[in-house]
Amino acid sequence: MFESVLVANRGEIARRIIRTVRRMGLRAIAVYSEADADLPFVREADEAILLGPANPAQSYLDAGKVLEAARASGAQAVHPGYGFFSENAGFARAVVDAGLTWIGPSPEAIERMGDKINARNLMEAAGVPVAAGTREPVTELEQAVAAAAGIGYPVMVKAAGGGGGIGMGVAHDEAGLAKAFEQASRAAARFGGPPAILLERYIERARHVEVQILGLADGTVLALGERDCSVQRRHQKVVEETPSPGVTPELRERMLAAAVRAGEAVGYLGAGTVECLVDADRQDFVFLEMNTRLQVEHPVTELVTGVDLVELQLRIAAGEAVEPPPAPRGHAIEFRVYAEDPKRFFPGPGKIDVWEEPSGEGVRVDSGYTGGNTVTPFYDPLMAKLCVYGETRDEALERAGKAVAGFLVEGPKNNLPFCAELLAHPEFVGGGYDTGLVARMRA
Amino acid sequence: MAEVRAEMVANVWKVLVAEGDTVEDGDTLVILESMKMEIPVIAEDDGVVVQLKVAEGDVIQEGDVIAVIE
Repeated sequence: MFESVLVANRGEIARRIIRTVRRMGLRAIAVYSEADADLPFVREADEAILLGPANPAQSYLDAGKVLEAARASGAQAVHPGYGFFSENAGFARAVVDAGLTWIGPSPEAIERMGDKINARNLMEAAGVPVAAGTREPVTELEQAVAAAAGIGYPVMVKAAGGGGGIGMGVAHDEAGLAKAFEQASRAAARFGGPPAILLERYIERARHVEVQILGLADGTVLALGERDCSVQRRHQKVVEETPSPGVTPELRERMLAAAVRAGEAVGYLGAGTVECLVDADRQDFVFLEMNTRLQVEHPVTELVTGVDLVELQLRIAAGEAVEPPPAPRGHAIEFRVYAEDPKRFFPGPGKIDVWEEPSGEGVRVDSGYTGGNTVTPFYDPLMAKLCVYGETRDEALERAGKAVAGFLVEGPKNNLPFCAELLAHPEFVGGGYDTGLVARMRA
Repeated sequence: MAEVRAEMVANVWKVLVAEGDTVEDGDTLVILESMKMEIPVIAEDDGVVVQLKVAEGDVIQEGDVIAVIE
């Protein structure tokens, strides 16, 4: 096992990784931007290295600076967290070339899954169900119109190299397609990727359900259960739970088996996530995309299995054999506490005057901030993840209600009132919700 | 005369108009970016941009005037 790990990330995920690294007796090295100098993850690391200004391009996304920090601190391994460099095959390769251990799948696996068109074709070949859609990159609107006519409306339009829901749009007709195509093309250009667009049949009233996989050093791929991420605004997740209330044991078995095939098809190593859309009425699913990294919502899987996924990532990256995790037990829910207004979900950065985290049986909070810190506009709005565990979904919901009420944040706008509203919403409480829930709540 | 103000702390990502331009109700004046979200700032009246107070790369505070349309 390596003895030191540089965490190439910030906020709650850097702090959460640093916690495990230190618990394992390894040295944790943080890197940070000028805007983040006062945050807990900087303080809690064994060593912290300033990368540069707030702008990610000059700090967290400056590969040269991050690699230089690794060299200067004597780091032996690099954990990318999520976002930033986590799905950047070029950076992964540079880490390996510098003689360091990359805590993640191979650069080849990242590359093959990073292009959504390639990933889709690869999954189809591996026997994983995919939605009707384009198999070649679409670059012109005319091609898109022809493809949509074949697929049938509504269609989902997205940039092949995109992520985080940015530039994704649903088109119900040709006029809508022109708009969605323009939006996706603009997003593609902004990511610096090719102008390649993907069209897929859009499933209305679908649930977004993903499977956590773990590729072991010996080549075995395990599936650790699913997470339901259907509570979304702007195609971005807000609340996740496991097990999914919309998946029967029979469907779960099929989804987990498909996720294992997906992982095996790319020789997957470490923690990854196979995202699917589930048609709950028909109890059927299609592959959406694969995230070749640790997922934001990984704590719900940890709560029901009792494993520490970051520890497993480190051990697998070090070439150690790990025991298959136990079968999931109980129910866990995660609420992303965002710095945003709870009505329109617009960003609301600001200084945190009051920060009091809830505690109690079955409550876990992964936070990136504390009282006195400032949430700046430079990064994503996630301040903390409030997670609850219960033996049953009802118990988890009850604990969630108390925990949300007990989480006090003053200063930045925050979505805790939305979390409380959700917990009182019959569709969410009943469990029969889909990805349209938040839009219906705000209609 | 209408002042267009920022609704939140944000970075100015794109400026799409210049002083002297004629704009219509609904036109996008600038695109702000905050917390990885693009926020278009829209003209709410027809008129001429008589003042443009931001440039690409600026950091603006909630309530700051972005443009004045007459």
